[in-house]
Amino acid sequence: MVQFTLNGRRVSFEGSGSRRLLDVLREDFRATGTKEGCGEGECGACSVLIDGDVVDSCLVAVGQVEGRDVLTIEGLSSPLQQAFIEHGAAQCGICTPGMLLAAHVLLQRTTRPSADDVREALAGNLCRCTGYTKIIEAVLSCGT
Amino acid sequence: MRDVTYLRPKDLQDAVQLSRTTPGCRPLAGGTDLMVMLHARTLRPAPRAILDVWSLSELKGVRRVDGMLEIGAAESYTGIIRSAEAQQHLPALVAAARTIGAAQIQNRGTLGGNLANASPAGDTLPVLLAYDAVVVTDRRSIAIDRFFTGYRHTALQSDELITAVRFPLDRQVVFRKVGTRAAQAISKVVIAVCRQPARVAIGSVAEVPLRASGAEAALASGDVAGAIAAVTADIRPIDDVRSTATYRQAVTQNVLRELLRQ
Repeated sequence: MVQFTLNGRRVSFEGSGSRRLLDVLREDFRATGTKEGCGEGECGACSVLIDGDVVDSCLVAVGQVEGRDVLTIEGLSSPLQQAFIEHGAAQCGICTPGMLLAAHVLLQRTTRPSADDVREALAGNLCRCTGYTKIIEAVLSCGT
Repeated sequence: MRDVTYLRPKDLQDAVQLSRTTPGCRPLAGGTDLMVMLHARTLRPAPRAILDVWSLSELKGVRRVDGMLEIGAAESYTGIIRSAEAQQHLPALVAAARTIGAAQIQNRGTLGGNLANASPAGDTLPVLLAYDAVVVTDRRSIAIDRFFTGYRHTALQSDELITAVRFPLDRQVVFRKVGTRAAQAISKVVIAVCRQPARVAIGSVAEVPLRASGAEAALASGDVAGAIAAVTADIRPIDDVRSTATYRQAVTQNVLRELLRQ
């Protein structure tokens, strides 16, 4: 059994600890906001936060989150979400949950990031629609 | 993959015991290579169990040991990048860690994993060669230039666990990676160079990360032009989806020239 915190709630999982966190989130906890893109750590669509650090959930065995704090897009409440809407920073939407979580980490650690800071923080999140400009503008608009 | 048993040892001693007594057991750290292969079922032989060493405190951290800097095998690249000791003594390793993937991969990737996976394109591996790093396992120390024995093969025994990597404190090493973009790129050529003693270590140009012996011999006698000329005979790159052999030969020479000018 694996016990962890998912979006602020204590949860437990009774299957094999070798399953991917991505699959357990989507199939067992019905938290389908986390998307599968490449399944090999290239695209960042499955990004979640573990103890505040952004990781690709396709690369994490669920047993590895025992006792840890997992945040998915379902648990995020950030001005970034409204900013993405207002700036047209989401098109097809597959990359959006991961983009928001990676950008959230940046804003937690850097109150006024530069455009280069944003590009570096989001370098592990691929978008095939927007060309990134509107995403970067949306994140910059949330700098204080 | 659902048939693979997940094992969480309570400490390093427990991990060593489990590794020695569990048939078909593979250690798992940050999962950036192993989880991909587990899911795609491309690991041969297929593992029957994974031994999760990611959270073992004995495998974390950066510390001084016997006049060397020791980095735990399961310390993340992010941990290495943030370590003041690593920044001071191993700037080339920090530079290499910063080129790996992006935040998601740097938060999970480890030196132990890069070594065990033994990809010829492993970004830290030429750096380890240029520093004459020592791989510490549960039973012995292995000099890095004896570690890579063939394409994705290492000197490790099947139940042997990497616990740390040790580095000398006084080396001046420079590093350069050539890839398609700054982030998330598998290298086309990756080079680490030390002038004294002469070390020229190169990745993605052969079946293993290698020391360029001809270039090193020239460099040791102060012949920089000779080192640049000799390096093409030291490497044996191939054409693949990322690059061509011809390109890798030219870029290796160009990057070596640039690094030796510094």
